[in-house]
Amino acid sequence: MTDTQTDGPYRTPGVRAADGLTPHGERPRPRPRRVDHLALLESHAIFVLREVAAESEHPVLLFSGGKDSAVLLHLAVKAFRPAGLPFPVMHVDTGHNFPEVIKFRDERVSQLGERLIVASVQDSIDRGRVPDPGQNASRNRLQTTTLLDAIAEHSFDACFGGARRDEDKARAKERVLSFRDTFGQWDPKRQRPELWHLYQGRVQPGEHVRAFPLSDWTELDIWQYIRREGIGLPDIYFAHRRLVVERDGMLLAVCDWVAPAPGEAVREETVRFRTVGDATCTGAVVSTARTVTQIIDEIAVSRVSERGATRADDRFSETAMEDRKREGYF
Amino acid sequence: MPRAGEIATDDTHDTGMDLLRFAAVGSVDDGKSTLIGRLLYDTRQLFDDQVAAVEAASARRGIGEVDLSFITDGLRAEREQGITIDVAYRYAATPRRKFVIADCPGHVQYTRNMATGASTADLALLVVDVVNGLREQTRRHACIAALLGVDQFVVCANKMDLVDWDEGAYREVTNDVRELAARLGVSSWQVIPVCALRGDNVVERSQAARFYEGPTVLEALEDAPAGAWASGHGTRSGAGARLPVQWVLRRPGGGRSYAGMVNGGALRAGDEVTVLPEGWRTTITGIETYDGPLDEAPAGISVSVDLADDLDVSRGDLLAVASDAPAVVKDLVATVCWFSDRPLRGGDRLRVKHTTRTTPARVSAVRGRLDVNRLQIDLATELANNEIGTVDLTTAVPLAVDPYRRDRITGSFVLIDEGTNATVAAGMVGEPHLAGDRAASSQALTASGSPA
Repeated sequence: MTDTQTDGPYRTPGVRAADGLTPHGERPRPRPRRVDHLALLESHAIFVLREVAAESEHPVLLFSGGKDSAVLLHLAVKAFRPAGLPFPVMHVDTGHNFPEVIKFRDERVSQLGERLIVASVQDSIDRGRVPDPGQNASRNRLQTTTLLDAIAEHSFDACFGGARRDEDKARAKERVLSFRDTFGQWDPKRQRPELWHLYQGRVQPGEHVRAFPLSDWTELDIWQYIRREGIGLPDIYFAHRRLVVERDGMLLAVCDWVAPAPGEAVREETVRFRTVGDATCTGAVVSTARTVTQIIDEIAVSRVSERGATRADDRFSETAMEDRKREGYF
Repeated sequence: MPRAGEIATDDTHDTGMDLLRFAAVGSVDDGKSTLIGRLLYDTRQLFDDQVAAVEAASARRGIGEVDLSFITDGLRAEREQGITIDVAYRYAATPRRKFVIADCPGHVQYTRNMATGASTADLALLVVDVVNGLREQTRRHACIAALLGVDQFVVCANKMDLVDWDEGAYREVTNDVRELAARLGVSSWQVIPVCALRGDNVVERSQAARFYEGPTVLEALEDAPAGAWASGHGTRSGAGARLPVQWVLRRPGGGRSYAGMVNGGALRAGDEVTVLPEGWRTTITGIETYDGPLDEAPAGISVSVDLADDLDVSRGDLLAVASDAPAVVKDLVATVCWFSDRPLRGGDRLRVKHTTRTTPARVSAVRGRLDVNRLQIDLATELANNEIGTVDLTTAVPLAVDPYRRDRITGSFVLIDEGTNATVAAGMVGEPHLAGDRAASSQALTASGSPA
């Protein structure tokens, strides 16, 4: 196998991307690779990307700058090089993102020479599409309106997302190609049968599908693949010193939108982020893992799930993810 | 079993892990979700917050003990009703292998979801309530799994505590399973007496079943051969290499490469191939991936191939090794599982999606309907929702098909409603697949290799 050790707290994102435009036959012949589970996951994801791109009129790849969408974008490059991607890349920007993530997003997409669409929650607020929840409130749920508006504006009929079934019990139920009606709703009781690899994404005007090529990947698979492929990430995934405030059992980064409330103490900790989302509802974990290998070792012994450790947006109710997905969330 | 933390080393997780995909099937309320929940709980696959959430959800509903079915029954409606509506996919790893688990619904109205879960499985974990024995729905699920090509069954005689671990009750289930497996052509099967609720013989060996010396459920799953689906993506009995063309990759500066996933056997540079349905012969001059060229692409791998001749090859075409190419047909006999409230009748117009090609098709006739209790095909002219039968199908353009029992990719298709775009049937190409053969209707149900 060709396991490239690409450790380091912060690799320059996408070192391999630059050579993606060369005809791939020109690179050196790799050693024969065993077909292990990562190779099969990769192959299946590429299959889904090609299948949906071929069968939809206006596909788009949703890219948050997080690790899963970084893997997804990397797989898209592998599926379609030496040509350009047959779809644009879109970020739904809550306006409360970590600056490191926005920087990574812009660098990565421009390095690939692909087209980036930014759908802004702030725009939705300014245009009166959604109420302004206030300076310090989470904009997580508002993303749904912004996303659905952007889908309508661009007539997207297929949206690739990096969601994984191991993230949440509602996602565990979702198809690889998940149908959305004209209101963007997911109806978990009426999912299309999805047999073998016969992904079927035909829709009427106004409807669309969400396509999840990483459905069968686990958090550990993602990190092992990042290591093997040398995929760059925003540096907030790696341990660093940061001012945090503890709230509802989570460590939130002190920033423009997260100010300590009366009685909350600010302290400096060595932390990293296990997921990346809106800064107001994404918690950090105490960690000293500064390399991909150290992260793999850390999550392998973790007793807390990825979202359980870090996401306030899943704590509203027992079925918070299902409820949001029914409304059209990612 | 080790804790999750003990299976953490790079050696065990990074590469070389083999993978078993299995589906939990069987009748409603026989305990599938509880069994999967117990399996995940006792092998410590669950994170602490997930366990706490299941405990809290159980307490909220006034359930005294932890309801293990909540581990996979994640939807609001499922928890309200205490049933499984759609497949839950869960992932587990032990030091010996990785598992992809499809926990399927048992209700007859959700048979389409069960078929979804079983279509990519290599092994069926068939759960039977020992009090009731094999029910019609148990037989339907076993039959669908076998038709889909699942040829290993691990059968759990569940709720053994309710019959005081009576050996006679266990033997009765075993005898029924033996007969069923023989009829379905399932060569590998075993019956394990369990109590999923308490965990007997799931991960921990039980002292209660003194008469039983076989493996626990986990041992059986770890010992089962990794199947063709997980490792070879569809290969069952040595069909030659095939590559359905998904996408034409155009190189800057000229030249085309044909992208798709290899199935059947391995594809090699230098292989002579036939382009179907056209029938053109050419040679593979190179197999490309983003990481560089390959001399050989095994089944299950996504690649693109370069051809010696400048041919008009496009999406929907199929490249096959010339020495063993599939048949090109417009009329075929197939077994279908029908998933629509509207019955399927002769003359119905639908779309068929087969490999990477979607084309209009007409059901020229419904020939027969499977009686899942007697495992016999009766003459019929229509199929109702969730019924299985044989049909004659005529397609608008020719398809390159293999019998399903040779190749799960080139032998399978789905039918799509032209008005709603819903997927309304799963189809398996029979053998012989050419329409007009009088024997075809009775043989079509042998798609899994079973002597129907």
